[in-house]
Order: sequence, then C-alpha cells, then structure tokens
Amino acid sequence: MQVNNGHVRTAVAIVTAASLFALAACGSSSGESGAEASGGEDTITVAYQKTATFTQMDDLMQTAKAEFEAANSGVTVELMPIEAEQDQYFTRLALMNGSAETAPDVIYEDTFQIRSDAAAGFLAPIDDYVEEWDDWDQYLDTAKQAGLGDDGQLYGVSTGTDTRGLYYHKDIFEAAGLPTEWEPETWEDVLEAARAIKESAPDVTPMALYTGQAQGEATSMQGFEMLLYGTGDQLYDTEEQKWVTGSQGFVDALTFYDTVYSEELGLPLELALDAAVGGRVATELLPQGQVGIALDGSWLPGNWISGDNPWPEWEEKIGFAPMPTQEGQEPGATSMSGGWTLAVGSQAEDPQQAFDFIATALNRENSLTYYTTAGQIAVRADIAEDPEYLNYNPSFEFFSSLVDVTNFRPATPDYSQISANIPVATESVATGSATPEEAAAAYDAGLVQIVGEDQTTEAP
Amino acid sequence: MASLTEPQVDRRRRGPTPRPRPGAARTLGRLLPLAPAVALLVVFLVGPILYSLYGSLTNRSMSGPGAADPQFIGLDNYTQLFSDGEFWTSVWLTVLFVGASAVIGQNGMGMALALLLRAASSPVRALVGTVVVGAWVLPEIVAAFAAYAFFSGDGTLNIVLGWFGLDGPAWLFTFPMLAVILANVWRGTAFSMMVYAAALNEVPPEITEAAELDGAQGWQQFAYITLPMIRRAVSTNLMLITLQTLGVFTLIWVMTGGGPGVQTSTLPVLAYQEAFKFMQVGYGTAIATMTLLVGALFSVLYIKVLKPEVD
Repeated sequence: MQVNNGHVRTAVAIVTAASLFALAACGSSSGESGAEASGGEDTITVAYQKTATFTQMDDLMQTAKAEFEAANSGVTVELMPIEAEQDQYFTRLALMNGSAETAPDVIYEDTFQIRSDAAAGFLAPIDDYVEEWDDWDQYLDTAKQAGLGDDGQLYGVSTGTDTRGLYYHKDIFEAAGLPTEWEPETWEDVLEAARAIKESAPDVTPMALYTGQAQGEATSMQGFEMLLYGTGDQLYDTEEQKWVTGSQGFVDALTFYDTVYSEELGLPLELALDAAVGGRVATELLPQGQVGIALDGSWLPGNWISGDNPWPEWEEKIGFAPMPTQEGQEPGATSMSGGWTLAVGSQAEDPQQAFDFIATALNRENSLTYYTTAGQIAVRADIAEDPEYLNYNPSFEFFSSLVDVTNFRPATPDYSQISANIPVATESVATGSATPEEAAAAYDAGLVQIVGEDQTTEAP
Repeated sequence: MASLTEPQVDRRRRGPTPRPRPGAARTLGRLLPLAPAVALLVVFLVGPILYSLYGSLTNRSMSGPGAADPQFIGLDNYTQLFSDGEFWTSVWLTVLFVGASAVIGQNGMGMALALLLRAASSPVRALVGTVVVGAWVLPEIVAAFAAYAFFSGDGTLNIVLGWFGLDGPAWLFTFPMLAVILANVWRGTAFSMMVYAAALNEVPPEITEAAELDGAQGWQQFAYITLPMIRRAVSTNLMLITLQTLGVFTLIWVMTGGGPGVQTSTLPVLAYQEAFKFMQVGYGTAIATMTLLVGALFSVLYIKVLKPEVD
C-alpha cells in the first residue's frame, strides 16, 4: 500500500508538472501564431463588409488587390471580407481593432464611426499621405469633411455618398388609383397613399419603413431620421453643441411609426423586426410587387442592375419621390446623407503602403466602377460630370438632386452610441409597448445617461 | 516512500502519544495532486471572474474614448443598472425562463420520461430515447435554427396546424417567451432524463417491493420511497440544468434576438446587447457579473433546501 501511494504520488507530480508546462506552452504558442495571422511585413490586411445584397465592395477589393500586387511585387494583399449585417459588422470590426494581432491595416469604415474609432485610437491619421496624392484635389469638400476626426485630422477617404428617398411601385399605385407620377407634399400624403394601397390590395404591404433594433443604424438613418429632420427638429443643436431632449419633432416622428404600425400599413412586425428584412425588401418584396412604398437609400438600383438578383424591369416599375417634410414646410423635402470611407488602421506596420492600397482602390477607374455598380453619389468632381457615370443609372439624377435638401448626422464621437437608442424607441412604439411620448422620454433618459445632463438642451 | 513509512513505525512503538505533525514536505506532497485542478480553476475560472469584476467597475467601451483609455468609475455601472427598469425586467425574464424551462420543464419532463420508460418495452425505450437524446446531441446553434424553423411564421408548426385547418400565430412574435421556453425544454430534457434513469436504476428493487407489500400506491411509492432515495440526483440535476439554462444565449439570440422589444431579453442577452450593440463593454460586464450572482444564489438555494450531502 505504502509503496503504491508513493508511486501514485510521483505519477501525479509528473502529470501536474506536465500539464502546467503544457498550459504555459499553449499560452506562448498561441501568441506567436496570432502575430503571424495578422500578416508579415509585406502583407496588407483589408477588412470590409460583404452581404448578400452588398458585394460591390468585394468586387472593388478583388480588383484593387490584383492591381496592387501586380504593381508591387512581393506585397500580398490579404482580403478579410466580414460577412455580417451592418450592426454586426461594427461589432466584429471593433473586436478586431481591440487587439494589435488582429487589427486590419485597411478598414472599410462608415463615416459615422470615424470620430468614435479615431477617438478610440483604432485609426491612423492620413493627412500627410493625401497631400502627395494627386487625386485628392478631385474630392468634393463635403467628402473631405466626412473623413475628419474630432481632432481635425483626416482619417478616411470617402468611397462615395448617398441620399435617401421614397421608392414606389407604379403597378401597385395604378391599381390603387394613385398617380404614377407621385409627388407627396406632406407626411399625411404619404400615409394617405399607403391607406389607399391597403384598401385596394390587402395582401400588399403599403409601406416598408426601417424599424427596430435588428436593423441598427439603418433604422436610425433610413427610417427615423428621415422623419425627424423633416419636422424642423434635430438630434443635435450644432450652435449650442448640445444634444436635444424633449423635442416635439421626436415625438411626431415616433407618432408616424405608431400610425404606420397601428393601422397595419407597414410590414408585419415579425418580418419588420427581422435582421434580414432590409435585404429582402430590396431584392424580393419590392421587385415582386409585395411592397408599395419603401423609404430607402439611393443604392437599391445598383443591385437591380448588377447584383445577384438583377431586375431589369425596375426602370418602368419603380418611381422615385423625395421624402416630404412633415407639413410641407421649407424646403419641402428632406434627405439624409452618409457614406463610407477607406481608412488606415493605427496598428498598420507600414501606413504608407496601406494608404497606397487605398489610393489604388479609389483611383479614377475603380471609383467610377464602384460609384456606378454600388449606386453611390459621386464625390470626385472628375466623375460627377462624366457622362459614363450619369448615363449608367437613371436614378442618379433623382438622388443627386436630393443633395440640396440633405442632412448629415451629428458628427460627434458618441453619435453611434446615442443612435443605438433610436431603434429601441421605434421598436417599442411599433410593438405598442410604449406610446411615442413614453418612447421619446426613454430615449431622453438614455441620452442623458450617455452624455450627461450638461451636454443636453431642452428643445424650445 | 521512506518518509511515509517511518512515522507509522514510530507511532506504533510510542502507542497513544499524539500524532506527530506531518512535515511541510509531506503536506506539500499531499496537496500536490490538487495542483492541476487548482491551476486550471485559477486560470479559467477565478481569473476571468476577477477580471470581469474589475471590468464592471470601468467605463470601457467598444469604440470612442472609452476604448482608448477606460476609466475606473467605481460602482457607477451598478447604480445605473439597479435604477434601470429594463434590468429588473430582464432579471424577472431570466427567473421565468429558468423556472419554466429548466426547473419545471426539463426537470419534470425528464423525470416523467425516466419513470415511464422504466415500464416501457425495449423497442419503445430505444425509440423514445433516441428521439429525446437527438435534440440534446445537436450543437446549440443547430438546435436553435431548428427551433426557429419550427416556430417561425411559416414554419413547421404552423404548416402542421394548417393541415387541421388551424391558423397558427407568428409564435416567435406573439408568444416569444413561450417559444424559447419550449425550445429549451425540447433541447434539455434528455439530460435530466438520463440522470434520472441512471438514478432510478440504483433504487434497490427490494425496497420498492417491500413498500408494495405494505400496500403503498404508485404515487405513494414515488413520493415516499423513490424520491427520497434519488434526492441527491435531483439536487445535482437541478443545479446543473439551472446553471446551464441561466447561460443560454445562442438559442434565444437566434430565435428572437431578445425581442420583440425586450420580451425575451434574459440577462445573457441583455449583457451581450449592452456590450456589443450599445458598445458599453463595462456596463455589459456588470450585467454578466449580476448573472453570475443569480447563478450563485440558485446554487446556494439548492444546497440549502435539498441538502445533498446529508443522508
């Protein structure tokens, strides 16, 4: 017995030592392999978004990779498409940026995230590099502005901008006895048209309106803000530099949501709150004539022309109308503009090389292809007037005209955090769990929590 | 070896003298076998818990200034949490989810199946066993998609209901909590069933027969003989499935995403949303820490009430 115990003890001691050693070994080896994964000196890692309805950035990156590798022998461009919807994309990107080992060198970055990510130290300033880039002079001033961080340094090169408006299906309008050249002047006109559609075709969803948390920023921008900025109220008082609480416009915009869902003019809620609904409206419901009106971004026709689900008939079937202001007040219509950029990650080993890749990706030819296929509004002067661009897509003329009335989101580092509360408000109103007033009050409370009482101002 | 044998010899010779204090080397030798377990616990359990406690006291965020330089903010996250109605809703939903799907659903169903299968013929036992265990074998994400396909508006359930001329509602939207509870019962029952089947096999047949001779009815036998004898299995099982259910995230996230509204946002879902959707990692960590506390409370409750260690 005694002898046996001794043996067991020795054996256990050995196993212990071995397992501890193995643990230590695990730790060190994973560290090394992580560093390798992020690419050696001559590898540029590029992170961008790719979804079923958004493959144009992938096409652009493939082209740029081939061109860049051909021009710079010995350099490998490692593409890291992130297949996720918008909200998830930001999360994944932020997680990648959290560690030096996984941080990408070139990042496809939404303009509304730039200030936030620059403040977080995820991005590298590129002022020095654009100075030596000939094409930079072609960029419009608004596009240059969009890439600025809070510190006034430049962090991103715009890949194009966008506007938002109403799409309507002419067949459905005709059946409902509505004009096929539709020009709504107030919110009530839009709702009236939706009611007429519901009357004539009960199976058709009268109006697709981005709602709920699953759509994230799309709900904030394509949905709620398209309404709010037509009321005269805004999210942020740029003169006082404070966030607005208790505005009537906020309640009115939510009341619009309330009307749409309580009168069953919107998509069935189970569908409207589904993460995939944005893509489905664009590729399925609108082309199949199951949605009468859709409030959406200028990029939809890009999919119909060259996406995975082409829909050549769209030019005859789809009409466009600017989103009217609430009561038709000046300027009569409203829109929101955003857009994305390419940025250099702060962990890039060779920022100059990373920027050179961006310069290749956004040279004249590649930009033209991207603007046209992805349905972007050109931000390069040399392309904006190019007939090849203007004639490519008949919707460009309409969406470019909205630039006159468009609005931009508040450019502050905490916008993205604050904006995340807007979908919550729309969802609680749409599901009937809160009145517009209650949901607006909940938003105000969340806002104060994020920015503090002294950074807010009561609406007049 | 030598050090082990010598004191023994000494003791025998000295008779009733007090046992000598074992040497430090010997104590160390006795504790050594615990080292791997302790090391693993420290690295994979205590470490993360302490780190999460620390994280919950900062304003770390996914982006913005809070990502570059997180500040220590004391208990601010917790005071904010406790004054947030959504948090208490979430606590209630978590208790409801755990109570209905684990304590009542999985536990009850598992026990019922184990009892019924004892009396079943072997083909029936094999068939039912396979069907029940099938759900448990599936990876969580697969089970979640299967449950989603079953309950969704034009899913299996409504198609089957349609055959009988019934028009089912959009389950995930109209009864989201019921849907996720049923899905979790479906997925987890096999575990309880197997634990109970094993425990029931250990009940000596003589005792049951004796009770039968004394005229005990079926339910009396169960309540006074079987249940007390498998009490420890019940307690272990309850503890395991409670903690498991408390941590269920994938199932709910895939099926409802915590919605509609906040109707199915249990604590893990809320923690995820705050940390990764609203980018407030510190705040999300505070919620995760509270989840840990809820789990600890449940564990203490089971240990106190069911007293598994006393016989």
